[in-house]
Amino acid sequence: MLRRRPAVTDAEAQAHSEHVGLMHQFEDLDQQLDTDTLGIWVFLVTEIMFFGGMFTAYVLYRGLYFMAFEGGSRILDVRLGATNTAVLIASSLTMVLSVRAAQTGNRRALIGFLIATMILGSVFLGIKGFEYHQKFVEHVVPGLDWAPEGATLAHIAPGGLGHAQMFFIFYFAMTGLHAIHMIIGMGLLLWLLVRAYRNRFTPHYFAPVEVVALYWHFVDIVWIFLFPLLYLIGGRY
Amino acid sequence: MSTATHVPRVHAPRNYLNADYGWKSWLFTLDHKRIALLYLVSITFFFVVGGFFAMLMRIQLIEPSGAIVQPETYNKLFTLHGIIMVFFFLIPSIPAVLGNFLVPLMIGARDLAFPKLNLLSWYIYILGGMFTLYSALAGGVDTGWTFYTPYSSLYSNTQVTAVAIGVFITGFSSILTGLNFIVTIHKMRAPGLTWFRLPLFIWAMYATSVIMVLGTPVLAITLFLLALEHLLHVGIFSPSLGGDPLLFQHLFWFYSHPAVYIMILPAMGVVSEIIACFSRKRIFGYKIVCFSTIAIAVLGFFVWGHHMFVTGQSIYEGLIFSLLSFLVAIPSAIKVFNWTATLYKGSISYDAPMLYALGFIGLFTMGGLTGLFLASLATDVHLNGTYFVVAHFHYIMVGGAVMGYLGGLHFWWPKITGRKYPNGWAMIAAAVIFIGFNLTFFPQFVLGYLGMPRRYAFYPAEFQVLNVMSSAGATVMGVGYLIPLIYLIWSMRYGPPAEENPWGATGLEWKTASPPPTDNFKEIPIVTEEAYAYAPEEASGD
Repeated sequence: MLRRRPAVTDAEAQAHSEHVGLMHQFEDLDQQLDTDTLGIWVFLVTEIMFFGGMFTAYVLYRGLYFMAFEGGSRILDVRLGATNTAVLIASSLTMVLSVRAAQTGNRRALIGFLIATMILGSVFLGIKGFEYHQKFVEHVVPGLDWAPEGATLAHIAPGGLGHAQMFFIFYFAMTGLHAIHMIIGMGLLLWLLVRAYRNRFTPHYFAPVEVVALYWHFVDIVWIFLFPLLYLIGGRY
Repeated sequence: MSTATHVPRVHAPRNYLNADYGWKSWLFTLDHKRIALLYLVSITFFFVVGGFFAMLMRIQLIEPSGAIVQPETYNKLFTLHGIIMVFFFLIPSIPAVLGNFLVPLMIGARDLAFPKLNLLSWYIYILGGMFTLYSALAGGVDTGWTFYTPYSSLYSNTQVTAVAIGVFITGFSSILTGLNFIVTIHKMRAPGLTWFRLPLFIWAMYATSVIMVLGTPVLAITLFLLALEHLLHVGIFSPSLGGDPLLFQHLFWFYSHPAVYIMILPAMGVVSEIIACFSRKRIFGYKIVCFSTIAIAVLGFFVWGHHMFVTGQSIYEGLIFSLLSFLVAIPSAIKVFNWTATLYKGSISYDAPMLYALGFIGLFTMGGLTGLFLASLATDVHLNGTYFVVAHFHYIMVGGAVMGYLGGLHFWWPKITGRKYPNGWAMIAAAVIFIGFNLTFFPQFVLGYLGMPRRYAFYPAEFQVLNVMSSAGATVMGVGYLIPLIYLIWSMRYGPPAEENPWGATGLEWKTASPPPTDNFKEIPIVTEEAYAYAPEEASGD
């Protein structure tokens, strides 16, 4: 990018050349941070509408086939779901601490908190993977392995099995999309970690950390809605 | 590139076109102006493909018993025509080509906020296009562009999944474009360029971007669920497994009705620019036009149920959606009245862009008023699913959006290429398109009113005269589209060089060179005046 800025004073030019990370289209790093932050917020609005369509469909069918959905929900392991909820909330804390570390220029803390966030993210995905595995064992994976044996869905009225299948479609589609977002978030964290290790961030330039953090919090919040909708409608607790 | 011109340009100044050469400099460019040209070439390609399917349909309908294809093939023709024209031409047309080129120039910025996302959006668009073209070649798809279930799920034996994936992918390109515009317009305006000094094209782009960002993800998730249902053979929308086909229609139209405003709002923005320039007057009621733009974008999200009056949704839903649909007519009419009031006592000159803009006003008014027939519950029962609907939305999408796009392309062509096109040919082409368009689609209003249903390969013999008129008009319109294709390409090489501001227009994009340098401005301008500050005595002499 060999583009030149308009005539500027020497001091400004010097300041500019020192601002590693300033893109040519911006005047200064403040404008760039503002712009990046607004950009991720608009993106998150898009994401809300994306998940929102699926939540709408879920709510509709849950209302229509409440008993079957309740029965499907009972098969999910609330303890694992609750553990994952706690893990994700903790990861939000370490994420926001890493933003703080970036703002104060504390590279060691930044790297530490990024690693902690990634570990918590991996724990979540590991538990999620184990839950998916359980569903295959129980043969309640619609489309791929759907042959629930008598005992698994015995509490559902015989006519409701098709509707219970719909519960599991939504379970897999919603948690699956969420897991894909988690995996993308892990990739972004790795990218941040490499850049933090190379000492690319300064108290003036930390927009990428802030942007990824906002994304990470959003993915957490989606789970905060998914957990009660999928796990806690079973009525046993 | 400029070797064969008869006007020697020894000291051709550096601009975005001659800054770099070779295919890499285009395919890896981050310059919003070059990305706009990438989009221009791609959407022109899809326009030709979509037009080809339309041509086959009009040939088929010359004879009541169908001239060339079997009904199965005919279903595929109108489906692919609709999908390609809507998702791969109309939606990206003005935003991705003119918007990409003009938004930074009009607000005095060096580029969009996120140039890499901008390039990514083009690659995403191309990837989605590949899936769609693959499905067209691999047997096509016959659901109609609306993918209604259960045509697209239970009873489908065509390439629904590939097309759904294609449209799903392409959606993200329009989300990224919208995101980029919103952020750019908020954060990168030149000093002094307040919101109420912005050109109306920027307001239109902003409103369009809001719809893209809010609506497109809902279409994406809907198509995702549809593809899931299709691939795994499970029930989400299929009634046989407890699914609700109406849910699909609700989700689909939640995006696809606002999508109409993605097509028409940008064209309205273009028309506002052209009308002001060629009447040498400030737009009448500038602020009201700004607010009407936002009002259309907002109201547009609450009218989708008018596509479903006869599907079995409750009568109360129908009443409310009907009322809300009528409300959209108010801001639309405000715009038409304000353009007309701008013309009043203006120093009007007729060049090609102005012909397109005036054509737009007339055709959009017809399209809008016939929309009110369809928004009325009782008349919709009679007209729903007939050619009246087809004619109505073509008056909006072709008579409105395409006329606006062509008008804008002619208006800013000297800025984009630095060359002028032959104005005489351009005016002839505008007239031919206008005549051909009306000859094609006006008879379809009559056909629909008389009861001819859409999407049929055959029709009763009594409808033949009107159908032949329509097919003849389509031929005229096709010729009308070919003329600009020829002279615009010709002008890139042989057209006389354009000066900085050939129309004597206001706006920051006219205050830099034609074509603009890579950085857009030598120095970021400071804005001290309102938009459209045309002085009456400045009226052009011709």
